[in-house]
Amino acid sequence: MKEHYDVVVIGSGPGGLAAALAAKRAGADDVLIIERDQELGGILLQCIHNGFGVEIFGEDLPGPSYAQRFINEVHDLGIETLLDAMVLEITRERTIYATSAQTGFSKLQAKAIVLAMGCRERTRAQIRIPGMRPSGVYTAGTAQRWVNVEGYMPGKQIVILGSGDIGMIMARRLTFEGAKVERVLEVMPYLSGLSRNYVQCLLDFDIPLQLRHTVKRIIGRERVEAVEAVAVDEQWIPVPGTEAIIPCDTLLLSVGLIPENELSQQAGVRLDPVTGGPFVDEGYHTNIPGIFAAGNVVHVYDLVDWVTEAGFAAGESAARYAMCGAETARIPPIPTTAGENVRYVVPHLVNPERLSQAEVRLQMRVRQPLEQPVWIQVHDRETLVTRRAARYARPGEMVNVTLRERDYDKVRQSKELRVSIVPH
Amino acid sequence: MHETPGSPREPAPSTYDIIIVGAGIVGAMVARYLSRYQLKILWIEKEADICMGASAANSAIVHGGYAVEPGTLKAELNVRGNAMWDQLAEELHFSFERCGTYAVAIGSEEQEALRAEEARARANGVPYQLISGEEMRRREPQISPETSGALFCPVGGVCDPWGATIAAGENAVTNGVTLKRSTAFLDFIWEADTNKPPQIAGIVTDRGEFRARWVINAAGLYADEVMHRAGVREEFTITPRRGEYVVLDRNHFQLDNVLFPMPSRISKGILVTTTVHGNTIVGPNAEEVGDREDAAVTTQGLEEIWEGALKLVPNLDRHAIIAVFAGLRPGSNAPTPDPKIDYHKDFVIEIPESIRGLVNLGGIESPGLTAAPAIALRVIELLKQAGEVLYEKPNWNPIRPGRPVFRHLSHAEQAELVRKDSRYGRVICRCEAVTEGEIVAEIHAPVPADTYDAIKRRTWLGTGRCQGAFDMPRVVELLAQELGLNPLEITKRGGPSKLLARRTKMRD
Repeated sequence: MKEHYDVVVIGSGPGGLAAALAAKRAGADDVLIIERDQELGGILLQCIHNGFGVEIFGEDLPGPSYAQRFINEVHDLGIETLLDAMVLEITRERTIYATSAQTGFSKLQAKAIVLAMGCRERTRAQIRIPGMRPSGVYTAGTAQRWVNVEGYMPGKQIVILGSGDIGMIMARRLTFEGAKVERVLEVMPYLSGLSRNYVQCLLDFDIPLQLRHTVKRIIGRERVEAVEAVAVDEQWIPVPGTEAIIPCDTLLLSVGLIPENELSQQAGVRLDPVTGGPFVDEGYHTNIPGIFAAGNVVHVYDLVDWVTEAGFAAGESAARYAMCGAETARIPPIPTTAGENVRYVVPHLVNPERLSQAEVRLQMRVRQPLEQPVWIQVHDRETLVTRRAARYARPGEMVNVTLRERDYDKVRQSKELRVSIVPH
Repeated sequence: MHETPGSPREPAPSTYDIIIVGAGIVGAMVARYLSRYQLKILWIEKEADICMGASAANSAIVHGGYAVEPGTLKAELNVRGNAMWDQLAEELHFSFERCGTYAVAIGSEEQEALRAEEARARANGVPYQLISGEEMRRREPQISPETSGALFCPVGGVCDPWGATIAAGENAVTNGVTLKRSTAFLDFIWEADTNKPPQIAGIVTDRGEFRARWVINAAGLYADEVMHRAGVREEFTITPRRGEYVVLDRNHFQLDNVLFPMPSRISKGILVTTTVHGNTIVGPNAEEVGDREDAAVTTQGLEEIWEGALKLVPNLDRHAIIAVFAGLRPGSNAPTPDPKIDYHKDFVIEIPESIRGLVNLGGIESPGLTAAPAIALRVIELLKQAGEVLYEKPNWNPIRPGRPVFRHLSHAEQAELVRKDSRYGRVICRCEAVTEGEIVAEIHAPVPADTYDAIKRRTWLGTGRCQGAFDMPRVVELLAQELGLNPLEITKRGGPSKLLARRTKMRD
């Protein structure tokens, strides 16, 4: 291992793998991936269900197969990897401190860093579920690791709180393994994951989904014995008289994901309080020169293919920075803003000149579901920059709108790019 | 009533001088201080590990002693105990910071209560300093703008109560005390002669009988049941008082002080305090509950502590919450020994006259953590007064060596540690940077950590942002590997609290 690298990528999930490949292809000589697990692939390795690669490869692959395609290329291109290693600290000057049982403690210097640490799951405490604290309360991702990687069942009779994608996928997985999944409770009036997961994982297996329901109380001192479910009203207040005790030995939580940015903050990277991830431009450059970010560390995606795409863009930018240093933009970057019915927009800044080289995809989440044809539109003040139509807009499904070369003139003169999602 | 002395028993195989019942902070300190004498000591705990009751879930404050009623045992032992913590932390290597604490008056209406705090501080001989609201706001800019003044107690501090209890227990064990966990007290055994007062001869547990000349009741929430088995203080009752807390992520919210509100009639009120780990904790409320095991958190309770805390620190952010927990305090109805003091929630620390062989400790709620080392010394005084001749061990070692804590080390020290033992290079808990080396060291320590929570209490793994979601499968694997067990046997907290149900691809 060297002490100096052109590009160091932290994390080897889909975002990190893509970033490393793109950096190498763009001409960075010394590229290193640091991964905390013993193998490359990140959380994809425990996602043994299919649904990966439809956008990128036109094929429907399981997570490990999807990852392997990139891992093979990482090895073919001679990208270095540091496995079983945890990054302890990164600095604004792009010094990296990492520790590993295999290679010991190391201090590295990078010309550019790509943050690709992914996200973590919200826990019981963050949603403050009342009751006792027995064993048997796990996040869906922890259960997924146990079942798919370690080969152990976390329980036999299961209630899932939250209709996130991992929760629904685990409902099906645990059913395959002979567990009884009693039901999925969702506090919101709509699904928080993808509709296709609802159909393929819950509906097809007769697992009930109860919207506007939550867990009022966990029962059991040593191991979960039951949960008390309750309906909630529009203000998320439990409705008296709707309580139901559901006997179970396990409560799985699929109640949201949070970008993992403690390392980023050490280096002074500014975070968007809405996404929990860094403010980035269309090349995924953060506010700290030479530090880039890609994938779930920026905002939580629902399709891995889009994470890969973001990783490619971030890796390419990082390589350019490592080789040429900071670019001076002739036209100041244009801020994107969340307009009507939009929770946030990523990237936060768009350099118009980039449009002369490539398309820029704006990614966002809708606030309220619209089960009718919608416009996804980009305005500069009152002027329409671009728009596209969609059949519906749902909070569980990320929405994209693309700025193309033909939009260059309008974007160049814009003061802001305000995105809104409104009925047709 | 006493158990009637029965027929002469066969001499039990295990005979001790002293049996300590209960392994919270009080039992641990008593065990540790008694281990310096030439005594054969058995120390039992009904739970799977030490430090699983009131000592495990509290505000982690080493109190100055201004908040307790003058003239009570609580006041005397609080002040005496407080003075012992620097040496204890140095000898036992746990985290303790004598950072000082503030009792804060909000608005002019709390000035009277502040005067009462000052009067108690003076009566108890506790050093203090009254500061203006302006000065308080300067020292803690996040405090309420309504702050009208505060009492600063420079000797107050914060500690790691898990670390303190476990380190004291470990020191006791390395000095020869026999610890038996998962061993529950059931009853006393009495000497067969008919002399009055009756003499305790030992105890019956769910793991067999053990004989001893002395039994020390340090049973915390169950102290009343133990003393009633001896026929002592039939009127004494423990009323568990539940206190709920929330923990705020240090990366999201930071506060560098220990802030108490003016006390209410039943408790010290809802405080907002820093901890030795840098996370802020908020709580507790005080709710009397019937069940001694009911450490449940409730929606109402969490709302109550949050609203209480906002009075002190208005800018607290709910998004920073990373953990919620509840503890049970063993509140009692014991009068102060001094009949002139009208106080009925005092500690019980006595050798009762009606029987022989019992050292009776009860109602050790706050400031019990602070007072625990002083309570241990009082136990030794009582034993001596009762005629027990104590000989010091020539080789008693007061030092419990600290073990490496990866996150406390500089990068250079971390590099050196990883070079010596590569297991310290593998981080298992990323939020708190706890390494495999630290976990393995705790599994093989003198008081072995053999459950998930036992490792958590010793290393603070799983206490951060992800609450164990990342480390748990890895810790289960390590426990199984090091203990030679099947992962299916690994528990969260002992007993039936198994973490996993079965292997995949198997039928039930």
